[in-house]
This record gives sequence, C-alpha cells and structure tokens, in this order.
Amino acid sequence: MEKKTTELATLGQRGLLKREAAAEGLQYLTFSLAGEEYGVDILKVQEIRGWAPVTKVPNAPAFVRGVMNLRGAIVPVIDLRLRFGLETVEYTKTTVVIVATVQSANGSRIIGTVVDGVSDVLNLNAADIQPAPDFGTAVHTDFISGLVTVDSGMVMLLDVDRLLSVEEMFALENVRPAESHITAAAA
Amino acid sequence: MAIDIGQFVQTFFEESFEGLDIMEAGLLALEPGVTTDLEKINTIFRAAHSIKGGSGTFGFKDVTDFTHLMETLLDGMREGRLGVTTEGVTALLHSVDCLREMLVAAREHISVEPEQIQELRARLSRLLNRKPAESQAESKPSAAPGAAAAPRAAGWRIQFRPHPQLMHSGNDPVRMFRELAGLGALQARADASQLPKLADLRPEDCYLSWELELRGDATREAVAEVFAWVEGDCDLNLEPLTAEAAPEAPAKPAPPPVAPPGPSAGPQTGEEGQQGELLLERRKGEDRRKGDRRVNVAASDSASIRVGIDKVDAVINLVGELVTTQSMLSALGEDFDMSRLDKLHEALDQLDRNTRDLQEHVMRIRMLPVSSVFSRFPRMVHDVSAKLGKQVELRINGEQTELDKTVIEKIGDPLVHLIRNSLDHGLEPPDERARAGKPETGVISLDAYHKSGSIFIEVDDDGRGLNREALLRKGLQEGLLRPGEEYSDEQIYDLIFHPGLSTAKQLSDVSGRGVGMDVVRSNIHDVGGSIQIASRPGQGTRITISLPLTLAILDGQLVSVGEDCYIIPLLSIIESVQVRVDAVNRVAGKGEVFRFRGQPLPILRLYELFGTEGAVSDLEKGLLVVVEADGRQVGLFVDDLEGQQQVSIKSLEKNFRRVSGVAGATILGDGRVGLILDISGLIRVNNVAL
Amino acid sequence: MATILVVDDSASMRQMVEFTLKEAGHQVMVAEDGQAALNVAKGASANLVITDVNMPNMDGITLIRELRTLPAYKFTPILTLTTESTTEKKMEGKDAGATGWIVKPFNPEKLLATVNKVLG
Repeated sequence: MEKKTTELATLGQRGLLKREAAAEGLQYLTFSLAGEEYGVDILKVQEIRGWAPVTKVPNAPAFVRGVMNLRGAIVPVIDLRLRFGLETVEYTKTTVVIVATVQSANGSRIIGTVVDGVSDVLNLNAADIQPAPDFGTAVHTDFISGLVTVDSGMVMLLDVDRLLSVEEMFALENVRPAESHITAAAA
Repeated sequence: MAIDIGQFVQTFFEESFEGLDIMEAGLLALEPGVTTDLEKINTIFRAAHSIKGGSGTFGFKDVTDFTHLMETLLDGMREGRLGVTTEGVTALLHSVDCLREMLVAAREHISVEPEQIQELRARLSRLLNRKPAESQAESKPSAAPGAAAAPRAAGWRIQFRPHPQLMHSGNDPVRMFRELAGLGALQARADASQLPKLADLRPEDCYLSWELELRGDATREAVAEVFAWVEGDCDLNLEPLTAEAAPEAPAKPAPPPVAPPGPSAGPQTGEEGQQGELLLERRKGEDRRKGDRRVNVAASDSASIRVGIDKVDAVINLVGELVTTQSMLSALGEDFDMSRLDKLHEALDQLDRNTRDLQEHVMRIRMLPVSSVFSRFPRMVHDVSAKLGKQVELRINGEQTELDKTVIEKIGDPLVHLIRNSLDHGLEPPDERARAGKPETGVISLDAYHKSGSIFIEVDDDGRGLNREALLRKGLQEGLLRPGEEYSDEQIYDLIFHPGLSTAKQLSDVSGRGVGMDVVRSNIHDVGGSIQIASRPGQGTRITISLPLTLAILDGQLVSVGEDCYIIPLLSIIESVQVRVDAVNRVAGKGEVFRFRGQPLPILRLYELFGTEGAVSDLEKGLLVVVEADGRQVGLFVDDLEGQQQVSIKSLEKNFRRVSGVAGATILGDGRVGLILDISGLIRVNNVAL
Repeated sequence: MATILVVDDSASMRQMVEFTLKEAGHQVMVAEDGQAALNVAKGASANLVITDVNMPNMDGITLIRELRTLPAYKFTPILTLTTESTTEKKMEGKDAGATGWIVKPFNPEKLLATVNKVLG
C-alpha cells in the first residue's frame, strides 16, 4: 500500500516530465562526483534532499553511511564516492542525497545516494547513447548503462538497479562465513 | 432452462473443508469404547452427510461413494450397532485425510492415487462387516434402467382411496391427477359415498376416493412414483390394463393437459447414475490434460484477517473519545491564557490516555487466539503416539490467549517440532513408564498464558527428561564445552539448541528429520521471542517460549553510545550498574568478565560491536546495562541511559537488509533513526554464554 | 410465481436451490437451520417449504412438526431434501407431516420439476 502511494506521488510530481520523455526520448538527472558527470534515469529518482546526519548501521560496508528517516520509512544512505572507491571529501552545503526507487528481486526499495551536487536534467534520444567502454577504472562497468557526449564533456549513465542493489553491496560480505557460534569463541 | 451449478461449487469446497475440520476435531474427541457420545457422533455424521449430499449434486461421485461408507459406519456407531473402537476412529480419521485429498483433487482437476482410496474403502467395509466388493456394487448405479425392464401394459387401473388425513401433509389429489395426466390419457371416477353430512364435514379431511384409468405406455414405476409421497396415507391398488380388457379405450391418447415433467419420468436412480458418470468422464478428461500432478493440500497464505466486530467497535468508541479530547483542546487553544493551564494539562493527560488506549486496541485487531495453532495438535498427538505405540494424553490450556497474527504464523512449526520431540524422545513407552512407577499414559501439556506484557507458551511433558550426561559428552566431543570445567544444568541443556547436536540414539520417523532445535530457536528469535528449557531426570522436560505481545510496538530504554542512540527492549533489562574496574577480569578467549552478584557477567562494549565513534571507553565512566535473553545474561556497556519510551518498530529489511544484533529501527523524538537492539541476537553472535 | 422457503445448513445447497428457484421466477427465503427457518416462517408465509433433514440446532423433522402447528403452514406443501433413498428415512419426514421429498443428489431441472408438481 505504502509503495503504491509513493509511486503515485512520484508520478504526480513528474507527470509532465514523463510525458515529455515519452515524446522526445529519455531524461536523465545528472550529478557531479569527483569531477566526473554521471546521469541516472529520472524516472527512478523520487526526490533530492540536502545532506543531514544519518544513523550508523553496524556490520555494514563503509560506503553505507547509515539510515535516515524518510517520512517514517527507514532508508539506507550510500556514499557514492566510497562506493566507487574514490577519495572522500567533507560534506558541504551542496552535498545532496538523491533518493531513488530501486527494483530488486525482493521488490522495490528506496535508497538514498550521497553525491557532490546535482547538475542538470538531460534530454536524450536512445540513439545518443553509446555503449559503455571498458574503463579499467574504479567505476565498475557493470554499473554503467551507457555513455553520452554533451557540450561540457562526457556523462556516464548509471544503471541504478545494479548500482544500488543491496544484494550486490553485500555480495562480497557473503564470502565471509556466516555467524558461527561457540566454535568461533573457542578459537 | 439451463442452470450452471458450477458457480456454487466453490462454496461447496469451502464448506466441505470446514466440514472435514469438524469431523476431525469430533473424531479426536471421541473416546473409544464409549458409545454414549451421541451428540459428538451426530456432529461428525452431519458433516459427512453434508459432504455426501453436496458432492452428489456437484457430480463428484467418487466423493459421494466414499462419504457414504464413512456415513454408514458413523450411523452404525450412532445407533450402537457398531462399537466406537480405536480401529474405527483411526480408519475414519484416515478417511478424513483421504477425503480432503479427493476434494482438493476434484477442485484442482487432478487425480488421487486410487490405491489409497481402495485401501480405506476396504478398511471401512471390513469394519462394516461387509466385503468391499459388495459396497462397491452398492454404490454403482443400477446397470439396467427400470424403464427398459419393467413390464409394459396398455395402461393402468388405479384404485385410490385416500385416508381422511391425506391433505394434512400438504398433499392434494388434484395435483396428483394432473401429474398422472402427464403420463397418458386419464379418466377419473370419483366415489363420494363416504362424504358425511355437511354438519359433520371437516374441510381439512379427504372423504372422496377415486377409480382412475390411465392409458398409455407409462411404467408401473412411473405411476407408483406419483403416489410415492402418499404411501401410507391411502389405499392404492394398481392393475395393468390389457388391450382386450379395455376395448372402449380411445384409439389415440388425448394430448396431456399439462406438460410432462420430462426428466423425472424415468426411475431416478438410473438417471442420476448416468449423469454422475458423465461428469466423472469429463473430469477424467481434464485429468489427462493436466497430467498427473500430486495433490497439494497446503492452505493458501492469505493476507487478510478476520476481526471480531467487538474489536472494531472498541476502536470506533476510542476514536470517538479522541475526537472529544481534540475538540476540548482546540477550544482551549482558541483563547488560551495561563489561568487555564490546569485545564490544558488535564486535556493533554486525556489525549495521552486516548492515544494509548487507541494504540492498544488497534494492535488487538492483529491479535488471533493461539487456538488456531493449537488445534492441529490433538490430531498430531493422536497419530504420532499411535505410530510410536505410546499412550499419551494431551492437555491444552489457554488456547484463547491472543497473539499477533505474524507471531501466530511463525510459531506453528517450532511447536510441532517441540511436541514431536516430547512424543518421540521425552515420553517413555508404557512398559518403561510402568517400571519407573509412573502411569502408563504420559502427559504432554500445552499452555499459553499472558504474563507481564509477554505471552508464554509452555510445552511440558512428564517423560524421562534430558540426558545430561549424554549432552555433556556430546558437547565435549564437539568442542562446545571445555573439559574440566563446571557447567550448570542450564548451560548443558542449552546445548540442544546447537546445530547438529542431537542425542537421539537413532533418527526416527517422527522427529529428527534434520530440522533441529537450532531452527526452532531461530524461528522464535525471528519474532522477537526467546526459548528456555528446564528438565529433571525421570520427571520430564519443560520448554518455555516467551513471545512479545505485538511486533509493532515495544517499551524501550534509550541508551547513548557516542553520538548514537540505541534502544534496548525494556523486557530484556534486569538492571543497570556502575562498573568497578577491580571487579573486571580479562579471560582469554572470553573477553571481559565482570563479577556481578557473585556471578561472572560477560561485558559487551556496544561501541566496539557497532563501531561507534566518540563513545566512553573507560568502564568506570559509563554504565553496564545487565540484559537477559534465552536464560543468559550479559552486561552491555553504554555511555549513559536516556529516557524510556514506547517505540514503534520499523523494518530495516524493507529498504535495506537484516542487520545482526539489531531487531529493527524506530524514529526518535527528534526525527532521527534509532536502532533497536536484538539482545538474544547480540548474545548469540558474540557467543558470550559459555 | 410462488414464495418458497429453503432450509439447508449447507451454503452451496442453499445457493444452488435459491438460484434455481429464482431463475424460475419464484421468490425465495432462505434459512440455515430449523430454528432460523421457524423464525422466518413465523414472520412470513410461504407457498412451499423445502428443507434439509440433517441440520444443527433444529433438524428438518422437528421443523416440519413445528411448522404444522402454525395455522399458516398447516397445509403448506413441505418437501424434504434427503440423501436417503431408503423408505425408512423418507417416512420419517412423512410421519412428521412432510408432503414429499427430493432425493439428493438432484439437478436444477429435477428440482424445478418437483417444485412445479407440488405447486401445480
């Protein structure tokens, strides 16, 4: 029920955008991160908030900054710099959290992502998008759905569902043996 | 007019499954050897009877036939012709299971293994002292339809002399004549000789008699059928008319004055039989298409809840009170001055009360009686004890105790496991019990009760108790215990909750299917509960499960650790103490231990576990909150205690995942998120008990 | 068109009989046991009563006896719905004052034929 309301509210907010997108092509919200420009499908974005302190969650990877209260729902917040293994910076007044809806095998989740700042909304046609090359950089190619060149340079389009997949975040964690009981203590 | 009765078949299945539950409960309540339990047998009979009637109408002939046998047996028991034997009750219970499968199969258009049905039919027939072949023949439709075999005549001479009270049953000769006229040409001659004087005449009585001649090819059965309802209310004589005997007969029968009642003209049984067969054929065809799927009787999981109207009314009343309080407050707010401060306090108190009441009652909507879980156990105990050759009495108490729906759904399997364990390992066979000077019949009690904000469920048996020595040996063998150390009974018994630790000498059919007590414990933990075990050699074992009243709200103690704030469930807290460093020892492999009331209390530093920055690390500068779960105590080291408050539990899993040591999250007064600690999870993960 | 009181503890039977009779243009009142039926009968008259025999609270036989004591139902045709084709069981209803019976299982056509026979 709650999910539905959220989706409806989202649609209401962006009804206009959506119609335009259907007519002209695709829309991406772009943001900056360590000097690079990235874009995410605007239909995935629920809202943009300023950074506010979050509650830390134990036993989570470092890039999970913690959880925040989003109108009563508990929403995890990911630091994208940490996620990409980039150097961290002090959060500033322009630091924002992009709140996105992520589809997963376990239903949809709401996840916040800390980025340096929001830049623009990009209107694209499918033909503008080039396939992602193999960067060999910190940004895992799996997370990049494509590449576009704009006046100011290059924008990497991110696959939000992959990037913010909780399962994937913890995939490495699972290599570690599960909680063991007494034997661990004895060791 | 074609009427599709298929639209009612769903209702038929629903009521039949309900009927089966009634039968099962009734059969379990029967005491073999006692035939005086008339009302109980009647109830079972009625349920069987309804299924039989409905299945016939909806064309499930195999169900009808099968139920008929059960019904016959029940009828025999009811009338005392057949004893209520253990054998009979067991056969009927198995028949209930079989019938359930047959109905599911009918609903899903799949097939049931015929061997099982045959075997039960044979058993029921044996109990009825009949050969199975006979009962089968009986249920088959008569092969030769009467219409074809019956002697034909040119017509019938009918002498019909109603008794005076014929019309008292609502019958009417005129109606019967009209029906006869539908079968051929009818001539009637009334005999009014018995008519009394008008003064003596009672209008409700019948004084006339008739001599009727029906011409046509109607069978004797068809004619007799017309009079079937008045058999005993009249003198009836039927004689065939021969062609010679009726020369005056009209050459051509007059057209019938009323439309012939088409389908009912033939003998009933034959016709129904054919119809049943047709339906059966059609379903067989569907079977083939769908392939031979196995029957799956699993109940579908529904996300709805049935709520008593009283609970809803209570909420409505409270909302009414809330509205009153609200209007009181807004009136105060309109022209408030300090002189009315008292009134404001009063109204706020009332608001507080209203909110609390409303919260409590809204929670109650999610509560279901635990009987919905307990109800399956009489049957299970009956079946399992029979299989094991043990005599067991199951005593159930407090089944009206209410629990949150989610909890109810989660505790079923653990309880099944615990009761199976008691049956299999706890209770001794009768001879062993006799040798030990105990009654041969073992007792398992299942109790549910409400105590200080929690629900407790106890599974208690008077069996042999846990084998401390065997557990100790096994614990040492597995390296869970250290040789040479002293362990309390609790610590030893607690070992049964560890994976892969079963002392059962051999895996039996009943328990030991690979699901261990560790799964039981983790299921209980999942719903925020805990489990404890107590046992006395030769006297029995008691397992106590404590469960939260609701999963949505808990009373919490807020504690601060560095810049973070955590919530500890109030129920887990024993007390908070200041630590004296000289009472703390560092034990290799066990971490820090605080001597507390003569007992070693393991210390868990929350900031270490959770990686919190800026927390107090000097033990003497912080506080130790002594908490308990699953019978183990630890001291949680925190900076300080904050307030106590009721918090509503929010899921971390919904948008994120489960975090070990954390039961959930809540929104604090300042809008930030606070994590609620899962004490038993913390203790487990940090394995501090042993 | 007639008003018919249908009494059966089985919801599927009730629904089927009710539906069939309504399709045929009759007015139908339903009750789920004898006691409920008696209450209905005391408040409204019917041209025909069709009742199951085996029911909780008040069985069909008792219901028939009770109905026959009500002036409005003294001569009302009453049919029993019975799975028993044995004479003994049918007669039980008759002795209580039933007009006749319909043997289960039946189909809508047979039900209507029997009803028409009684209602004339």
